[in-house]
Amino acid sequence: MSGGRSLFGWFDRRTGLDGLLRETLDEPIPGGARFAYVFGSALLFIFVSQVITGVFLALYYVPSSDHAHTTVAYITKAVASGSFLRSIHAYGSSAMVILLLLHVTQTFLYGAYKGRRELLWLSGCVLFGLTLCMAFTGYLLPWDQKAYFATAVGTNIAGEVPFIGAWLKSLMRGGADMGTLTLSRFFVAHILVVPAAIFGFVAMHVYLFRKAGAAGPISEHPVAPTLPAEPFYPKQVIVDGAFALLIIAILATMSHFMPFELGPRANPADAHYLPRPEWYYIPIFQWLKYWPGSLSFIGVVAIPSLVAFFFASLPFLDKRMERRPWKRPVAVTVYVFIFLALFGLGGLSYRSDHGDPGYEAQLIAQAKATEEFMKEPFEAESPAAVVAAPAGDPLVAQGSKSFAAQSCNACHGDGGVGGPAGTALTGIHQRFDADHLATLLKSPTPKMTAGGMQPLDLPGDEMKALVAYLGSL
Amino acid sequence: MSHSDTTSLATTRRSYLGWLIGLCGAAVSAVLSVPLVRFTLFPLTTKTTETKWSDVGLVADLQSSASPLTRTVTVEQVDGWRKSVSEKIVYVSKDTAGRLQVLSAVCPHLGCSVQWQDGKKAFVCPCHSATFDTNGACTGGPAPRGLDTLAAKVQDGRLMVRYQYFRQLVKTKEVIG
Repeated sequence: MSGGRSLFGWFDRRTGLDGLLRETLDEPIPGGARFAYVFGSALLFIFVSQVITGVFLALYYVPSSDHAHTTVAYITKAVASGSFLRSIHAYGSSAMVILLLLHVTQTFLYGAYKGRRELLWLSGCVLFGLTLCMAFTGYLLPWDQKAYFATAVGTNIAGEVPFIGAWLKSLMRGGADMGTLTLSRFFVAHILVVPAAIFGFVAMHVYLFRKAGAAGPISEHPVAPTLPAEPFYPKQVIVDGAFALLIIAILATMSHFMPFELGPRANPADAHYLPRPEWYYIPIFQWLKYWPGSLSFIGVVAIPSLVAFFFASLPFLDKRMERRPWKRPVAVTVYVFIFLALFGLGGLSYRSDHGDPGYEAQLIAQAKATEEFMKEPFEAESPAAVVAAPAGDPLVAQGSKSFAAQSCNACHGDGGVGGPAGTALTGIHQRFDADHLATLLKSPTPKMTAGGMQPLDLPGDEMKALVAYLGSL
Repeated sequence: MSHSDTTSLATTRRSYLGWLIGLCGAAVSAVLSVPLVRFTLFPLTTKTTETKWSDVGLVADLQSSASPLTRTVTVEQVDGWRKSVSEKIVYVSKDTAGRLQVLSAVCPHLGCSVQWQDGKKAFVCPCHSATFDTNGACTGGPAPRGLDTLAAKVQDGRLMVRYQYFRQLVKTKEVIG
């Protein structure tokens, strides 16, 4: 015991871990632990879960338009626990959005952005945007029908931005059209750029939160709390932990009993496909329908930007220390109105899809196609072309046969890509011309011989063919 | 109860709780890591690579030749989520009992492709001059064993082979890959 204690003591003296832990756990909460405060740590918890499941999914995923769908199908249909992990990750994104809305709503209704908390609120707004970025970029990665078309629409919206729209759209897509470069960009944003930004802003958000202090219940003064404070540990830790457990239990149950589906591979030529975004983007999707042609800029860019701007500047606009919602009728009414408007738009979207028999039939057909694809067993991807002799030049084809017959591939690898015993021959014609190559093959240099190269004694035309083949590598 | 007693009691309660929470956390993490471990170990527990049977040719055609025949077979392999197709050279010869057999052209010495030389009536390795008779038995040179026979079967009158690689420089035939 004393050995363990002295080891811990040594470790603590070197790291200061104990003090750090105490600092974290002893965070004072005016008025004590409450269930209302769980959403922030729940978001962090789900984010960590997304990071872990995401890293594991990357073990099998390939971000290229010709392999992405196959590899996701492989994960979903073949790999042990693959469907479960992918579902946890996909449903996790919905959970993030729901918890984000709950966290924002709680913060708003409790007036917890007030009193020297402007930067805390702003960093939260950035995290809000980054989370939506993660949802948007992750959606394309499976490269199925809905991923492809939802992203086509999403990037088109970026095209509506005045002046730089067309450029922005091309930047996002990596060109004029959606393709494999789009997928690479979304992949890099999804696994590197945006998560790195999230890590940074989470650290800032937590730091600013601790600096400002927990706001406590709505009756509390935001700057000078009067209620006796209770430390974060143990009560709030247990409450937060219980809530995290509840979320993971819900996610696991959903993932087990109704795994997240993968649709058929994206087919850009399918003119009938009705793109529908994930549920949290549906209200915006519906909203865009009301802004045709030249007005689209107002609806698509101007109004959402204005709403976002007012939302972000809330702590600057509302400087009163009053936190009780019933004493803040204007702010609360606007907030509730925006929420109801989003719900209303969602409802209208549902009605317009299911009110039109043509749309409804197409949506049912799409759902059926997805279901059928899910039932098919996994089919490994066939190579686009057989790796046999390069088509075209018959001399090269003949040389390719000699390459195999002379066992060149035993050391230099099939197609001259290199092997454990021999160097790669790809691009060798850039270093030696044809005559030089033929000479080297007939009488290798001492260095080549030392590496195991045998002199080749071939008839003239066969040697010519082999050199022609080497030239094609 | 003195003040210090209260403090130490509270500390004990707190650290007991800490252990409990830590234990619960560890238990939950262990359960949650099961799918992650299964996911990662999938290629170790399931065969993710598989070689299909390749067509060598009609048995009737192959049987008529007295000396070994060179055939290029197309080998289709499943490699994780993809299939790969490559071409390999095999020799169709007859074993000591006169039955058809398919020999790998890979020399069991260091892996060069052996060639049938009609004049010498032998397979000769171009790298280190190992020689093998028409049955594939080693007759000279540094090879540790004879040429490797590949698993073959007859299906609808056609000879089918399952292409495999074998470990080099060992006396016994051991499948690799």
